[in-house]
Amino acid sequence: MDLGNLFVIVIASIFINNFVLARSLGICPYIGVSRRLDSALSMGIAVTFVMTLASAATWLIYTVLLAPETNVWGVDLIFLKTIAFILVIAVLVQLIEMIIQKTSAGLYKALGIYLPLITTNCAILGVAVLNIEEGYSFIESLIHSFSAGVGFTMALVLMSGLREKYELAELPESMKGAPIAFITAGLMAIAFLGFSGFSLK
Amino acid sequence: MSTITEFTKGLYKENPVFRLALGLCPTLAVSTSIENGLGMGVAALFVLLGSNIIVSLIRKAVPPKIRIPVYIVIIATFVTIAEMLMQAFSPQLYKSLGIFVPLIVVNCIILGRAEAFAGKNTVGRSILDALGMGLGFTLALVLLGFFRELLGSGKLLGIPVLGTSYQPVLLMILPPGAFLTLGLFLGFFNWLESRK
Repeated sequence: MDLGNLFVIVIASIFINNFVLARSLGICPYIGVSRRLDSALSMGIAVTFVMTLASAATWLIYTVLLAPETNVWGVDLIFLKTIAFILVIAVLVQLIEMIIQKTSAGLYKALGIYLPLITTNCAILGVAVLNIEEGYSFIESLIHSFSAGVGFTMALVLMSGLREKYELAELPESMKGAPIAFITAGLMAIAFLGFSGFSLK
Repeated sequence: MSTITEFTKGLYKENPVFRLALGLCPTLAVSTSIENGLGMGVAALFVLLGSNIIVSLIRKAVPPKIRIPVYIVIIATFVTIAEMLMQAFSPQLYKSLGIFVPLIVVNCIILGRAEAFAGKNTVGRSILDALGMGLGFTLALVLLGFFRELLGSGKLLGIPVLGTSYQPVLLMILPPGAFLTLGLFLGFFNWLESRK
């Protein structure tokens, strides 16, 4: 296992290709759940958790059942990728919700309301598709999706810190809420452009 | 609500992007040029039309408890069809839209319309609703693409229009430009609405 390669994946997916600020994925929770620090953190943790599990599941499904080179029946079923992935993700989210509900009341209270929203969070399906497109191995996929989740959490937490501050600022009425959140996100994205100058090779 | 407003509401009054703030990920990611915006808009319109028709046809047969998974499978099927058509007829566009083609599945406009409209209305009304919403989405993408392409590369539809002395603001076609443009547009439409 090439550790240097894994390190590059971690740094690249947290900073350079940050899911929210560079790839424009997961915007709905980014704008919707970033009003308060604690809910932003819970959402970030829930997304990271589901992302990692979902990419493990989708990678296995793709390799064992869909890709013609490796699957059990040797037939090209790649066209079923989108349908298979979204179903796996929907089932997985439901399963996680049920398990958490049964085993940990505290965790369910903290993450419960975010889980149903996650099925249609494009960051989850996005990471699954990216793993396949980049040709990552199983371990690389896990590392990639976990650090993408960390990057997402970081962006969300940073945003909620900013929003708690400017909540009190005087703004034109029509810019309040989503519009100013987007402007703030734009300025953050400019700051993150600085990372894209890194070359990790 | 009359039949005409079923169609026109998606264009401005309930525009999915500017008024309802739905489907923002593809909006931000692919509005780098008019062409990309138009391509994504048409693909989403196709999926929305297909899923609205099927959902409204089977709305009485689907048990309410499992309606969401059923809707998702229908949507994913149409996305796969759109993906294949795009690969066959416009590989260039397919390449520049990248992962946002399979991600049409999780575009909340489409599941939102299936759940809020097509699951409760007749086929005819659902078709009008899909056309209106799909066109509204396309309009929003093209409008954003127009400004970003013009400022970011000095071109419109790939043709230089601002002359050679214009220094392109590269930022506009990068992700920050998407956030800033959309923020200003949302503010502008809020302001328009508040003047009424």
